[in-house]
Amino acid sequence: MEFLVASAIGVMTAGGLYMVMRLRTFPVILGVSLLTYAVNVFLFASGRLTTAAPPILSDATVYTDPLPQALVLTAIVISFGMTAVVVMIALGAFLGTDDDHIDDEHAEKAQAERGEDAT
Amino acid sequence: MMHWLILPIILPAFIAPFIILAARYHMGIQRVVSVGGTLGMIAVAIGLVLETSDGTVMLYQAGDWAAPFGIVLVGDRLSTMMVLLMALLALCVLLYSIGSKWDERGRHFHVLFQFQLMGIAGAFLTGDLFNLFVFFEILLIASYGLMIHAGGNARLRAGVQYVLFNLLGSTLFLFALGALYAETGSLNMADVAQRVLSVSADETVGIRVAAVLLLLVFAIKAAIVPLHFWLPSSYAEAPAPVAALFAIMTKVGAYAIIRVYTMIFPVDLEVTSGLHDTYLLPVALLSLAVGAVGVLAAKKLDRLVAFAVISSMGMVMVGVALFTEESIASALYYIVHSTLAAGALFLIVDLVRQSRGDLGLRVHAPVAGAALIAGLFMVAAIAMTGLPPLSGFIGKLMILNAAFDEGPNTWVWALVLGCSLISIVGFARAGSILFWKAQAEDAPAADHERNAPAALSYVAVGGLLTMLVLHTAFAGRMYDYTTATAAQLFAPDDYISTVLETPGKLSDNWNAKKEKDQ
Repeated sequence: MEFLVASAIGVMTAGGLYMVMRLRTFPVILGVSLLTYAVNVFLFASGRLTTAAPPILSDATVYTDPLPQALVLTAIVISFGMTAVVVMIALGAFLGTDDDHIDDEHAEKAQAERGEDAT
Repeated sequence: MMHWLILPIILPAFIAPFIILAARYHMGIQRVVSVGGTLGMIAVAIGLVLETSDGTVMLYQAGDWAAPFGIVLVGDRLSTMMVLLMALLALCVLLYSIGSKWDERGRHFHVLFQFQLMGIAGAFLTGDLFNLFVFFEILLIASYGLMIHAGGNARLRAGVQYVLFNLLGSTLFLFALGALYAETGSLNMADVAQRVLSVSADETVGIRVAAVLLLLVFAIKAAIVPLHFWLPSSYAEAPAPVAALFAIMTKVGAYAIIRVYTMIFPVDLEVTSGLHDTYLLPVALLSLAVGAVGVLAAKKLDRLVAFAVISSMGMVMVGVALFTEESIASALYYIVHSTLAAGALFLIVDLVRQSRGDLGLRVHAPVAGAALIAGLFMVAAIAMTGLPPLSGFIGKLMILNAAFDEGPNTWVWALVLGCSLISIVGFARAGSILFWKAQAEDAPAADHERNAPAALSYVAVGGLLTMLVLHTAFAGRMYDYTTATAAQLFAPDDYISTVLETPGKLSDNWNAKKEKDQ
């Protein structure tokens, strides 16, 4: 199980980073989402991997650490909200300039092609 | 009495919803409430500074749950000083945004402004690493809104860059927290500090990864080269009052580095030895240099100021990376100076923009109120570049002095002095093009009157510059204070024992006390 979880985190992180480096809004947002999935699983695993154990102190001798679950919950809520915000801002920027490049260089080139003053 | 400590977070958290629910359509009421709230914040912050100035560590346990299980807020000299600095900057920025009518150009400026203050104050006061993350997110999400305030394509595009960069930073922060939790089983700073000591010498991989990841996250916030790429276009495209307020946001990163790397991973800790001198010092010097070169190369005034901010963050980090009591004290002095100077410069940039339209460093007709604005620009530029007699000079001198005592630090001296010279040339060039050569051109008189900045804008800039002058005039007392602050940072036992040993619900001490009462 450790190998599965670890490689899942690794693959998602690698995929996320690759997408982020595409530098266009849609792949970048997908990449950031993948990265947040990876980090959520990573946080979950930081409390050690146990199966079929209660997350509260009870008569059972084995139990799951409940804190990472609370952390993951917070992280999910925050990253979900942030992704929604960035989608809205990116959509606004795309509709305004008809260009979805994130880096300055491409955007300035596109602006020059349209004949706008690059200020 | 101890409830005072949560007020800098609670106050804006109540004011912001009040504005949005009761005063959405009344700009006048919004302004009054927002300024009133910020004044209240200053009053509370002054109270907190007085309370902690004798070295007391204030503790607030949310719901009376004891650390490390409960959420704690901790106020010591450093955090209360930063809260006061933020509140003072916020008041000037708010007055400017009212005077220049920036707050009318989009919706919910004052709401977002208050939430931003809440996030920053929380980040300074929290005693828990996960809550540091949460408050970072609060200040970031408010800053996303402020960043794209008043809209416009260029601003939206810079906003996308800014948001995405910070989203990646937040993800990295979570990775760091996960690694730290996996190694120590706690995220309360005082608790982690104790647990790190007991990590056995041959199992340090995880803790080292966590220490480096945390440093990276805070370096992104503090815009240290090579993680500074988000700063120039974000700060240049953001509305001027927002950029001025962001001057404190880079300091949040510096604060977090100082806090975490004095308490959790101190210099003498073997696990993370070398992090400060081998890695942090060179990149700090590099930021100083990149910032100075950017100042000289900038084609527009707002970019020039943004690069000056990077350079001054480099200067702060040089002080931090030397990591002696003296150098941290100097860095703290410089943090106060650099926040005020950067805030003032961004506001002055906007004063220039109001009557010029664009900020390219080309000769135009003189701006409205040119003599006064030129004077203000000169004072702020002198402060920022570190020329005598203002506090930038004193701050740099202190950091150089701290470096001198440390032994062979030729690089520090050479780069700090060289970069100061380059920034002076850059600022002198910008000032002479904007204000001096402009005198040769004739201005259309009608435009001139219409675009003249309001008196309140001048008051706001003047307020920041007055604080800079006071910071210079009382440099001795400020330095005594920052020295005491650094001494407190380097002896964190008091902080740790206050956090961990104050009784609360479910702790042994609390139970013992209850039994005694019965």
